[in-house]
Amino acid sequence: MSESPVTVSIQSVSKRFGTVTAVDRVSLDIRQNEFFALLGPSGCGKTTLLRMLAGFETPDRGSILIDGQDMAEVPPNRRPVNMVFQSYAVFPHMSVFDNVAYGLRVAGTPSGEIGQRVRDALEMVRLSEQAERRPDQLSGGQRQRVALARALVKRPKVLLLDEPLSALDAKLREAMQLELVRLQHAVGITFVIVTHDQHEALSMANRIAVMEAGQVRQVDGPAQLYEFPNSRFVAGFIGKMNLFRARVIARHGTELKLDVEGLGRLTLPGQEPHSADSPGAAGPGAGPDPWDIDIAVRPEKIRIHRDEAPGGRISHHGRVSEVAYFGDTSHVYLRLDSGQSISANIRNVARTSRPSFRIGEALWCSWDAGDTLVLDR
Amino acid sequence: MDSWRKNPLVFWVLNLSPSVWLVAFFIVPLALVWVLSFGEKRGLLDVAITGTLDNYARALQPLYLEIFWKSIWMAAAATMVCLIVGYPVAFAIAFAPSRWKPYLLLALMVPFWINILIRTYALIAVFRTRGYVNFTLEWFWDQANSLLGAIGLGGYGLMGARFEPLELLYNNFAVSLGIVYAFFPFMVLPLYANIEKLDRSYLEASLDLGAGHWRTFFSVVFPLTWHGALSGVIIVFIPALGAFFIPDLLGGTDSQLIGNVIERQFKSANDWPFGAALSFLLMYATFGALALRALVVGRKQGLEV
Repeated sequence: MSESPVTVSIQSVSKRFGTVTAVDRVSLDIRQNEFFALLGPSGCGKTTLLRMLAGFETPDRGSILIDGQDMAEVPPNRRPVNMVFQSYAVFPHMSVFDNVAYGLRVAGTPSGEIGQRVRDALEMVRLSEQAERRPDQLSGGQRQRVALARALVKRPKVLLLDEPLSALDAKLREAMQLELVRLQHAVGITFVIVTHDQHEALSMANRIAVMEAGQVRQVDGPAQLYEFPNSRFVAGFIGKMNLFRARVIARHGTELKLDVEGLGRLTLPGQEPHSADSPGAAGPGAGPDPWDIDIAVRPEKIRIHRDEAPGGRISHHGRVSEVAYFGDTSHVYLRLDSGQSISANIRNVARTSRPSFRIGEALWCSWDAGDTLVLDR
Repeated sequence: MDSWRKNPLVFWVLNLSPSVWLVAFFIVPLALVWVLSFGEKRGLLDVAITGTLDNYARALQPLYLEIFWKSIWMAAAATMVCLIVGYPVAFAIAFAPSRWKPYLLLALMVPFWINILIRTYALIAVFRTRGYVNFTLEWFWDQANSLLGAIGLGGYGLMGARFEPLELLYNNFAVSLGIVYAFFPFMVLPLYANIEKLDRSYLEASLDLGAGHWRTFFSVVFPLTWHGALSGVIIVFIPALGAFFIPDLLGGTDSQLIGNVIERQFKSANDWPFGAALSFLLMYATFGALALRALVVGRKQGLEV
């Protein structure tokens, strides 16, 4: 993937609305054929960034290159990108066929070719039967596929998707996630999707840029992002995370001796540095002693036992304060003897031997020191 | 909303007075005029209702048909101007920053707070031979003339010997302009209401798919807002068709519209039955147009459902 040429190059782009900086010096390279996600909470600037790619907003600073061409003077209708809108924006006064044909007719494509391409596009999104329907005779999922076909039939260099699944119900959303990935493989077009849903981003994208307050916090593949977040924000935003405040009191080589709030003294082995295209690549915990940091453990990395864990694992004693049952997993919340709260996810692997924890029950929790993340504050 | 079934008394009290008003001051007078249209003039004041159709026959003579036709034509032209100018204005208001919108709408509505007669007289002050338009043109003429003088071409009289004011008043142009001016807000408001409701992403989608602004307007904006345009056309066209004091004040001798003819029958000519017949011919035409609109809208909605 890293060898593919860059299709979209965003270079130090900023955009302000009044006093609000929506996008703040963002630089990103999106490569050919990538399924790229812009992920962040609402108001983080991800949609503004996408709209700048489409040409509906103009950057105050910086430049956007698509296929090497500067887009500054190129209006939306002349850009080699197409967009699937959050509301789909399927024209209500046109049939499905006419909606999909619209972009080709505007471009003056010969009518024979239009018919063929529209039929192909509708087949690709499995709407051939509905070609003569009106949008108000379609379900939400079908309307969205019309929007997809309408954008893809133009054969853009980049397909932009603005929260495409947010209006669908949970089951349909899951099906459409798979459908989008299948489509992207089939058409071989760069997809840039905006979403606030981490599951969506993790399950679909090749790479994800996590944004907060107009800035890109981390750009990585899904697994890298999940297992090696580079900041407290990314760690907390993607998935669930137990976060603890800590201070480095000594180091031996890459090994860190820490004083952790609620967990006491810990020794952690060396940390792998983050991937090269993320900020903070020097490796966490590299500052002068004493150095305030955060450490983090994913709930599913924590095991719960009735007895003290064998040596080599970080182990703490506490009582069950709450149990939440989710079917496939249960989330167990423990209050450690120090008063610190910690949550662990237990997979309910068998139907009958499901561990049952009573509230107030005294237990041990433990995790591998290598599963502990060190985050600069 | 069926609470009126439980409180019939409240319902009747609340609805009685507007109903009485409507019947006494609208339905009954209208019926009287309708009955009059089948009457014959007897002497100075008396009218005998004889059931004759002579008034209608007379109203359909070429002389009056010509005026009818001219009125329809002028009203249609003024309506078209309102529509063509109204779309960009409605667009500008709908797309203005939200804190400006109330002021822009206010600016559109403020003229309504002034009597239409006074506004029409104001137009005379603007357009007459010694009015503001001609003053402005004269100022430009003077500037241009002195400029020509300064570069040594003053002696040739290139701009004419002296400024000739334009004859802007007392012709059909002035009448059309007056009608446009009077009814313009009626066009903008329904258009604005429709454009305001229009999801912006339709416009963006059209641009995104490669359409220019004109294509977007004719392929997306107009088809999605034509209901507003149709409402605007009707509420401008109908009063424009019946306008009488605008042609009276701004028109010349050949600017008589059907409204003036009707007014004259009821006043100076004192021929109420004929005036009534003319009025009702106008009304039948209007009803016909409204029925046509209902048919078109109904069929369109039937398709969309």
